[in-house]
Amino acid sequence: MAARTLINVPQKARRGEVIQIKTLISHIMETGFRHDNVGRPIPRDIITSFVCTYNGETIFEAALYQAIAANPFITFHTVATESGTLAFKWTGDNGFVQEASAKITVG
Amino acid sequence: MRPRARLAVAIAALAAAALPSSGAEIPLNERRSAYEDMSRDNKSMQDDDTSNPGMLAVLDGEALWSAPAGASGKSCADCHGDAKASMKGVAARYPAFNDNANRPVNLEQRINLSQEQDQKAPTFAYESKEMLALTAYVAMQSRGEPIAPPADPRLQLFIEKGRAAFNQRQGQLNLSCAQCHDDNWGKHLAGNTVPQAHPTGYPIYRLEWQSLGSLQRRLRNCMIGLRAEPYAYGAPEYVDMEVYLMWRARGMTLETPAVRP
Repeated sequence: MAARTLINVPQKARRGEVIQIKTLISHIMETGFRHDNVGRPIPRDIITSFVCTYNGETIFEAALYQAIAANPFITFHTVATESGTLAFKWTGDNGFVQEASAKITVG
Repeated sequence: MRPRARLAVAIAALAAAALPSSGAEIPLNERRSAYEDMSRDNKSMQDDDTSNPGMLAVLDGEALWSAPAGASGKSCADCHGDAKASMKGVAARYPAFNDNANRPVNLEQRINLSQEQDQKAPTFAYESKEMLALTAYVAMQSRGEPIAPPADPRLQLFIEKGRAAFNQRQGQLNLSCAQCHDDNWGKHLAGNTVPQAHPTGYPIYRLEWQSLGSLQRRLRNCMIGLRAEPYAYGAPEYVDMEVYLMWRARGMTLETPAVRP
């Protein structure tokens, strides 16, 4: 099944207001350090990068490693400057790419 | 001391403290969900649908609900319509008595029966991503509803069987479920609060598992802790236990998909 994302961005904000953004994505985050029940190593399969852009400008990015739990939950704050789109992109092993976006109205 | 040894000593101490077992069930007005013992962070993770990782599986389940499957080419939605209406309260009354099986079946088994008989589709394995997703989606439609086991006299025998198993000492540690969950809830076992063991939020997202899991997975967990041999998934012994646990939690509010540490 395809990856699922849940995004929480306020629909409206005042200009200059600090807003909280919450993102959740389904991913197994397999570390590559484990072995299966007959001793074969389980290959690494993790998300390696997360980027958030606000009307095209990168406002937050993160590098993810094996120590991050499954279904990474990333939350951060930004200043609401203008109406537009917040775009989110996760990339990872085995060509994993997932994108999501949310609209915000700043008045 | 290694954690395992420390746990064994703690369990042994608990067992000694618990003797003789009072054998009394928890009074109805003293029952509480393990939600209440969670940290503020974990509670807020469960309460917010955009931070509850169980909701990711619910989204998968919603897609499965309307996806045609099997030789019939029908989806769940083709017969049952909108799950928000048709599945409301269903999880609150399972396991329920099934005439063909001549015994109670739980929600997972009921879903598989429908796939096998109505959709003519292959069934889902226990704890498979699909089974957990569909169960979570169906059960979430009962979120906020009181647990309401059917007043079916044929279930009485299975409530009694489940109750007997709950009070039966087992495993190398020779402990019953009741010795922890009836007699010593609220005390501590190593670093954890002993819960009352009410199945109010299954399937649950357990942070320790980093995934969703069924009530039967949780029951296996406890059996392994007692160093008893767990039954196979779907075993009638587990379903009897589920019948008893749902009866024991009657009237409590369903929280699916719940988050637990």
